[in-house]
Amino acid sequence: MEDVLLIAGKQIKSRFFLGTGKFSSYALMKKAIESSSAHIVTVALRRVNQGAGNENILDFIPGDSILMPNTSGARNADEAIRLARLARAAGCGDWVKLEIINDQKFLLPDNAETIRATEVLAKEGFIVMPYCNPDLMDARRLKDAGAASVMPLGSPIGTNQGLRTKELLFILIEEIDLPIVVDAGLGRPSQAAEAMEMGCDAVLVNTAVATADDPELMARAFALAVEAGRSAWRARPAQIGKYAKASSPLTGFLR
Amino acid sequence: MGFEYTLKEFQGYDFNAFFRQVSDADILRVIDKHQLDNFDLLILLSQRAENHLEAMARKSRELTLNNFGKVIYLYAPLYLANYCDNECLYCGFNRVHSIERKKLSLEEVEREAQVIHRTGMRHILILTGESREHTPVSYLKECVFVLKKYFCSISIEVYPLEAHEYSELIEAGVDGLTLYQETYDRALYKQLHRSGPKSDFTYRLSAPDKACGVKMRSLSIGALLGLSDFRLEAFFLGLHAFYLERAYPEVELSVSLPRLQRAIGDFAAICPVSDYNLVQVMLALRIFFPRVGINISTRENREFRSHLIGLGVTRMSAGSRTEVGGYASLDKTQGQFDVADTSGVEEVKEMISLKGYQPVMKDWQAL
Repeated sequence: MEDVLLIAGKQIKSRFFLGTGKFSSYALMKKAIESSSAHIVTVALRRVNQGAGNENILDFIPGDSILMPNTSGARNADEAIRLARLARAAGCGDWVKLEIINDQKFLLPDNAETIRATEVLAKEGFIVMPYCNPDLMDARRLKDAGAASVMPLGSPIGTNQGLRTKELLFILIEEIDLPIVVDAGLGRPSQAAEAMEMGCDAVLVNTAVATADDPELMARAFALAVEAGRSAWRARPAQIGKYAKASSPLTGFLR
Repeated sequence: MGFEYTLKEFQGYDFNAFFRQVSDADILRVIDKHQLDNFDLLILLSQRAENHLEAMARKSRELTLNNFGKVIYLYAPLYLANYCDNECLYCGFNRVHSIERKKLSLEEVEREAQVIHRTGMRHILILTGESREHTPVSYLKECVFVLKKYFCSISIEVYPLEAHEYSELIEAGVDGLTLYQETYDRALYKQLHRSGPKSDFTYRLSAPDKACGVKMRSLSIGALLGLSDFRLEAFFLGLHAFYLERAYPEVELSVSLPRLQRAIGDFAAICPVSDYNLVQVMLALRIFFPRVGINISTRENREFRSHLIGLGVTRMSAGSRTEVGGYASLDKTQGQFDVADTSGVEEVKEMISLKGYQPVMKDWQAL
């Protein structure tokens, strides 16, 4: 069977999503998008500069990408809703990565406000991709509110710490009938591969690619790792055992 | 209680005794720590830490890169007026100076805005002296309405306001406040601010709380380095920022490290701060606060600013004029202080790009 990632009825060509902040130039960002073949690309609306005289980030996003504006900077649901509407009015389409952060020190998402904004935006026809803490009850609420996926953090943004929330992610993968996209905290391709092996549907990476010495190569490395991890998950790996298989089984006497 | 309570706790504290017992091992331990406490910051500000600047720089670079990426945010200051009721010994706008006083008309504000806008700048910081008579809140609001047409983010660096006044300005379109305490040394503060509303240390110290309390989006605080012992100023600046970060976690916080520059009146720095020590302060604050922005203005020269990129700085002013009417007007006044980096915006952008960083002209979208 073909392995297709569908979000809101749209076929997504790559399970590696790329964020566009923190790059040393837009030209380099473009190369990273191209080398990784990322299909979904997030852009902070706060950075979109459409006035004359300045480079416009949107001019550097390849035409076949799915542009996913994010609501970076929103501190509550109302601000996020306004940002999403502004993005749509600016011609950025219906996809939105909902990001509501009310704590500048750890940049942890505010699930309650995110659920509230998801409800409003989904009703307005947005394809809502909410960034959240990996909490099962909240993930259910997001689904009920109309989210197109759930995007829990692996560890706090920019920390490169990988899958510190692993046990909670397992529960979401098991219980939530929506694509699970690990967003934030992945610092190495091996961590992205691990997320995919666990059964996540996709990963979103920004800092680790943008701040590498060679972002173009690092983007490619992540894309390959994601592909490898996905294949491994599909191949249904044998269980990793804690104990050696005894040569004289304890139940060997049962004939 | 506010931050004043913290300041009082350190009254009479023997900082010199503390600095004397700092060992090399202490410094290396602090550099490796994840969550620093107050005394860790003090350790990084010690004389002995000067021997470990390279190790501090490496840590600071890593933290800055992870948290901010390879970008430097740019903004331009716009002086609206230089009328002032204060007598601050180090300031060019000191009311006793017989300089030409001027306030921009709204037409002039618009002309200045157009010139700045053409440089690509989208973040503006508006400044005045402290004169409720000449530059009341109503005037600031009128200016904001003009500037909104040209800029995506408007910050204010004016006199301390009351909470309801900050609210009014936020409603009008302001999203950031810059307010420097200048010095956290209360006795020295009294000597330097001889008269006028600014002579009230507590009134000034409480203003950031008032703005954050009514949901100002971003806040920048600072100490004017050169007035008092920089180690203590940087320490209290750090504690002030820490207090604000705890009290208002939603606010985007940054610290500014302005070094005293020559101004009318020729006030000389009481405790000059070397390049070496300014870098030490920047690194110490970055290691203490991985997520807090650090501003370096055109008070510093081009070459020095270019070296700071990648070490911890996240925000810079560019193409700055500190005169009222400095961008477009023919009859501009004298500046508040002498600008050291006189490069134009394009040159600053080029300097940032050459360092492998992206100059960011727009990082907020007014809602």
